[in-house]
Amino acid sequence: MKKLSAFPLVLTLVVAGMAVAIIWGPEKQWAAPPPPPASLINGAGATFPYPIYSKWFDEYHKLHPDIQINYQSIGSGGGIRQVIAGTVDFGASDGPMTDEQLQDYKGKYGHDILHFPTVLGADVPTYNIPGFRGELKFTPEALAGIFLGKITKWNDPDIARANPGVNLTGDDIVVVHRSDGSGTTYVWVDYLSKVSEEWKTKVGKGTSVNWPVGLGGKGNEGVAGLVKQTPNSIGYVELIYAIQNNMPYGQVRNSSGSFVKADLLSVTAAAAGAAKEMPDDFRVSITNAPGKNAYPIASFTWLLVPSTIQDGAKRKVITDFLHWMLNDGQKLAEPLAYARLPKEVVAKEMKAISGIK
Amino acid sequence: MASTTVVVEGAPRPGRARAFLLRLRSGDEVAHLITLVFASAIFLITVLLVFELYRNSALAREKFGWNFLVTRTWDPVFEDFGALPFVFGTVVTSAVGLLIAIPLGVGAAIFLAEMAPARISDALAFLIELLAAVPSVIYGLLAIFTLVPLLRTVVQPFLKKTLGFLPLFQGPNYGVGLLAAGIILAIMIVPFIVSISREVLMAVPVEQREAALALGATRWESTWKVVVPYARAGILGSIFLAMARALGETMAVTMVIGNDPKITSSLFAPGYSIAAVIANEFTEATSDLYIHALIELGLVLFILTIILNGLARLLILATQRKGTAHP
Amino acid sequence: MNYRTVWRKSVNAVMFSLTGLCTLLTVCILFFILGYLVWHGGRAINWDFFTKLPKPVGETGGGMANAIVGSAKLLLLATLTGVPVGFMGGVYLAEFGGKTFSFLVRYMTDLLNGVPSIVMGIFAYTMVVLPMKHFSTLAGGLALGVMMIPIAVRSTEEFLRTVPVTLREGALALGASKWKAIATVVIPAAFRGILTGIVLDLARVAGETAPLLFTAFNNRFWSPGWDQPTASLPVMIFTYAIAPYEDWHRQAWAAGLVLLGLVLLTNITARVVLARKLSSVAG
Repeated sequence: MKKLSAFPLVLTLVVAGMAVAIIWGPEKQWAAPPPPPASLINGAGATFPYPIYSKWFDEYHKLHPDIQINYQSIGSGGGIRQVIAGTVDFGASDGPMTDEQLQDYKGKYGHDILHFPTVLGADVPTYNIPGFRGELKFTPEALAGIFLGKITKWNDPDIARANPGVNLTGDDIVVVHRSDGSGTTYVWVDYLSKVSEEWKTKVGKGTSVNWPVGLGGKGNEGVAGLVKQTPNSIGYVELIYAIQNNMPYGQVRNSSGSFVKADLLSVTAAAAGAAKEMPDDFRVSITNAPGKNAYPIASFTWLLVPSTIQDGAKRKVITDFLHWMLNDGQKLAEPLAYARLPKEVVAKEMKAISGIK
Repeated sequence: MASTTVVVEGAPRPGRARAFLLRLRSGDEVAHLITLVFASAIFLITVLLVFELYRNSALAREKFGWNFLVTRTWDPVFEDFGALPFVFGTVVTSAVGLLIAIPLGVGAAIFLAEMAPARISDALAFLIELLAAVPSVIYGLLAIFTLVPLLRTVVQPFLKKTLGFLPLFQGPNYGVGLLAAGIILAIMIVPFIVSISREVLMAVPVEQREAALALGATRWESTWKVVVPYARAGILGSIFLAMARALGETMAVTMVIGNDPKITSSLFAPGYSIAAVIANEFTEATSDLYIHALIELGLVLFILTIILNGLARLLILATQRKGTAHP
Repeated sequence: MNYRTVWRKSVNAVMFSLTGLCTLLTVCILFFILGYLVWHGGRAINWDFFTKLPKPVGETGGGMANAIVGSAKLLLLATLTGVPVGFMGGVYLAEFGGKTFSFLVRYMTDLLNGVPSIVMGIFAYTMVVLPMKHFSTLAGGLALGVMMIPIAVRSTEEFLRTVPVTLREGALALGASKWKAIATVVIPAAFRGILTGIVLDLARVAGETAPLLFTAFNNRFWSPGWDQPTASLPVMIFTYAIAPYEDWHRQAWAAGLVLLGLVLLTNITARVVLARKLSSVAG
């Protein structure tokens, strides 16, 4: 009974070792000393711009080692929800908040929540057709039909008509959509609602919809992952996800009748009209934009920032970051296939930053 | 020796409060009190949990009432929420899991309890119990990269060819779906069935077996017709426990079920379970009603698990009463 | 020997072979899991994995140093909150309990045990995250701690009950008060069993992902203190596994290997110790 049993001793030493390591270890040895509390900012939201945001926050941290902006991509719906719940310092969404949600926020906190466009991006129809890595041309009717579940096979005439010379098999189309609340979804269904009356009445638009068919993936990452792994599938993702993962994506016919592929030029062209007439709250939809070279499924994406930030240090970090983002940050956008903001929009935003008190 | 209050002859009897304080000086009462406080904390935490679930699903409960349980739509745009697709998905995947796990598990338990020599039985049981320790997310990780491609390229086409006349095995072949979720659940719950059933079987009095053998039965007949029925309640209890575990499984299921809230007749189709939809949509439910609907789903799941766990306990208790030792 | 006997004997052989097959299949699954993880995880593990932070999306390289530390912090907090409550509760049930209240507490413990892990996450979200206005290590640790309570209670109670009555009575006969007898004789006698029960509990909770999804959330950086979101191994595995990036898959395998390795190692050690302990008590 008095003999010291080895096991509890070993266990205590292990636990003590762990505790020591945690309290004194990595944060002191492997990284800079922990920054003072005010320079820890948490944000969450859209997966659409996640690649550029994670690049920005990483670069910004290198420039200012005492500032950590932790951004989690949980979907635009999540960004809106968590910013309303107050659990994050800022949100991000590619579906602008509705009037109702804005009222909700104002009612809860007494001040507004502001939208700040950051970059322009595009939803592309990406697919995985065994043996075919070319570019398919999609008409609005084809896309609506596929996602409504009415066009079920790859060799459907609605698809074949726009792609003469391409012989696809009669395999079933596997539709992939988002399972979470998504701004990427919002952009996609906003476009479908504009080009298909049936879609508008049957499904409607929102960050989460009642999909008629398809598998659900979590985040842009999840949809890209599913499409990549599932033969004969089609899904919608932000352009950079298709590029980074070497996945083929199609052209879409725009309102002027030309088939356009998503790239920096076509996305910038889509924003041209909106740039001149940007509303003060920056909430605008540029899907199915006019213009010969405009890509029809493009969108701004926004950071959602409260107009009043009590914590002075946090306010400074956020406003400083916004300044940096609108100038130096924009240079990092194009290598990741996001289009820069038009200069009229940048100018307007710089003024709006002073609205954060 | 319990300490008592000291009463001096002739002195007035201490008032009740003073008596209590006097008793407190003794370590026993203090110890009793401290442990009582912690035990009450457990009580309170559980009550609080149930209360919070109930309170935070109020909007949904008021709006939909009992219809919630039978509505098929899950439409965040038009704010129409119903639990049926998720209950369906949860029940179907658990059923598929059990259909696979029960024969596998009971079979293995019989082998380990009746056939295998003691040391091998112990060693193998130990290994199988380790399976129960594997975290759910690791099962999910493996399922995505091994089970799903296997189903899509080999198993499901095979089932379609041979049993395709059944609506269960028709429809497009994604790989992910109800079948994939069912199979991964089966793997996850088998260790529970094996370990509990094995113990219950081993505890059947040896006289029962010997009596059967003395009457001329083969080993198998003695096992199947005498031992197993004797342990029936305990085995059933283990199945209920496994079922309860399967219902609440979140991660592995979310990763392979396909995330589509539809009710279909095909196992190849994607589905959705209660735990999976909460995991996917909770942080982003954009309206209060949406969140309340999700929490109401959580409440439904919780109640289902309580009922099943309760049944399991009763059954295992019944085995205890009967004389076979407890698991 | 008539046909009926032949039939019965062959049924005997066939059925037992089938059950043997079932056992083989089940055990093979374990080896498959281990083998696959060791193969894929082993190739992916490098020094970077343990020391570097994650890189921006789409870039290869980086590691999960913050997730490893995050998991350790979460488990430390879980132990500090769940174990005392569970242990004391178990002591109450085994040593002091009144009839009806004990029944209630046991029933509640069973209920708590049956709570699906995702529902525990909801509970921690409404109770800790919303009032704090922050995702935090604290919320995640508390969620895990509450999950540890039921098994800690059951473990403690069961092992306390296995202490022979003679030991207790001996202590009381020597003049110890009840609580002294419990603290100095009964608990130490059951200590090994209780400890292994708790260690097994911890190993189980180490792999839990669902309760962390909306409590500890996730973090690309270090998470100092307890009131910030933190990365954790299980959540990283989940995030990386469902994504399309090959490099993320590679890291998910490495993380899976590390997590499974720790969990299994803990389980094996604890069970071996328990087996030895039980045999020493019985002997």
